[in-house]
Order: sequence, then structure tokens, then C-alpha cells
Amino acid sequence: MAVRVGVVMFPGSNCEHDVAEAVESLGGEPSIVWHGDNSVGPVDAVVLPGGFAHGDYLRPGAIARFSPIMRAVEAFAANGGPVVGICNGFQVLTEARLLPGALQKNRGLTFLCEMAEIRVVTDRTALTAGVAPGTRLRIPINHFEGNYTCDPETLDLLRDENRIVFRYVVNPNGSVGDIAGICNAAGNVVGLMPHPERASDELLGSADGQRLLGSLLASAGASMQTAGAAR
Amino acid sequence: MTRFSALVEVMLRPGIADPQGTTIERALPALGFERISGVRSGKSFRFEVEAADEEAARQEVDELCRRFLTNPVIEDSNVTLELA
Repeated sequence: MAVRVGVVMFPGSNCEHDVAEAVESLGGEPSIVWHGDNSVGPVDAVVLPGGFAHGDYLRPGAIARFSPIMRAVEAFAANGGPVVGICNGFQVLTEARLLPGALQKNRGLTFLCEMAEIRVVTDRTALTAGVAPGTRLRIPINHFEGNYTCDPETLDLLRDENRIVFRYVVNPNGSVGDIAGICNAAGNVVGLMPHPERASDELLGSADGQRLLGSLLASAGASMQTAGAAR
Repeated sequence: MTRFSALVEVMLRPGIADPQGTTIERALPALGFERISGVRSGKSFRFEVEAADEEAARQEVDELCRRFLTNPVIEDSNVTLELA
């Protein structure tokens, strides 16, 4: 049975079809979930894709966090379901307080759209379970507010609890600790600025994103089987 | 109930990157403004609020700032109230 991935579409999201395409190419079964819905539906994982949800008005993610679907995403996450926020999705997760800290404007004053090299720091998340820590991946970034920041106590906590998931090899945006992605305390909610779905074929310049999305599908599929065995 | 006009100014906290403010400051010498420095950009909101008194209005607006108008991780707000 194919692993079902719900991809949330807010007004202004623009990467939902890329994520769905990448999931499908890996044998998963994507579904686009409208932000106004009250349920994510029968899915094994949820992705909040990139874009400009609600026009990024006020702040990126500030209005999206109040979309009806976010209550369902919070419940899915509280139940241990894997949730991945990519770029704008990461910003939504911090605004929704599902992840700590915030994404401030890039240090270099410019919007960045380029290939980034990142290092996998931990394999404790569904997105990285199949990738050895230390592995370098080439995944593109495409953001203005990608400069991760948090207070020093939170940064210590992220380090101590092994919650830094990705670091940039060369920091492009000034993010504290070269952070490119983090997870929550339980490890099932991950946010990252790079776009794995845009690195899903060598034709696009890199297929490294497949390793992350493939890992997400494998992990979500494994927990699906466990849940099935328990029934 | 009394009606108040509120002005909320939202500024990035000290140390938080402000590319807009920095870019504006860099443009100043070319315009002949040689003695202006420390430019920080922000945003402001004006609206009206109905409350029993000024203290109650301030509590309401502070709560709005905390939950929605600012991200306390990177932004501060300053609230000014006057009778509408």
C-alpha cells in the first residue's frame, strides 16, 4: 500500500505540486489538502510546502497559522504523525509555535535563489532516518526570510536535545549555528529552508532531495505497518 | 464603553536584521544626507478599540500584539492610545 502524504495548500502556496510530483515519483500517494479544511484526511505524513501563504502579509506564516487546517495539523503532530515544513512551511511551523525560534530576513540583504550544500546532523527524524549523519546533500534554497534565529537558551536546548537536523556547509543567510533545519522535542515535526522537492532529479541539478523524501516515505510506511500490526 | 484610537508601531528588536533600514541608510549619502545614521524600518497599524477604560483598552491591544501583530522572537511593539 502506497504511503499517503497530505500536502497543504494555502492561498499563495506555490510548491505543493512540486512536492506532490516528487512524492509520486518515489511511489507515494500525494493528496493536496486545502487550508480551509478541518481535516488532513487519511494520510501517513503531512507536508507544508513553500510559497507565500496568504501573501506573507504581516509576516511569513503569521496568518497561515490561523487557517482551519492548522488545528488538524497540530492534532496530527501531537499524535506523533510526521510533519515537514519546507521553506514557507517552516515559517508557518515557527509562527504556529510547533517549532521554536523565527526566520528573520537574510543577513546579506538579498533574496537567495541558489544551490546550497547542507549537512545532515541527525537521523532521528522521519525525513533523515535513511541518511547517515554527516552526509552532505545539495538542495536548493529560495528565500528572503531564511535566517534562523532564537534566543541563546533555545539554541542550547536544540543542541542538547539533538534537534538541529541540518546545517549549511557554507552559511548563505546568517542563520544562527548555520542552522538549515530543526525538529521539535519528539522529532516528528521538522522544518527546513532548503527545498528537497526541487532536488528530485539530476535534470534539476541534484537528486539529493529524493533521499530525504524517500526517507520520509519509508519511515511513514514503517510506522503505518506497525500501526497495522497493532490492530 | 469608550472608543479609543490605537497606534501600534512594530519594530524589529535590536540585533535583528533589517535589510530595508540598512538599504535606506546606504542610499542617504548619495542624496546629501551625511549626518543621518541608525535607520531602522518598521510598520505601524491604526485602528479603533472599544473598552471600559484606557487600562482595559491597553490590555486588549497588548494581547493583540502578543498573539498576532508581532512575533515576539524578533519584534517589539509600542502602543499609543487616545480618545477617539
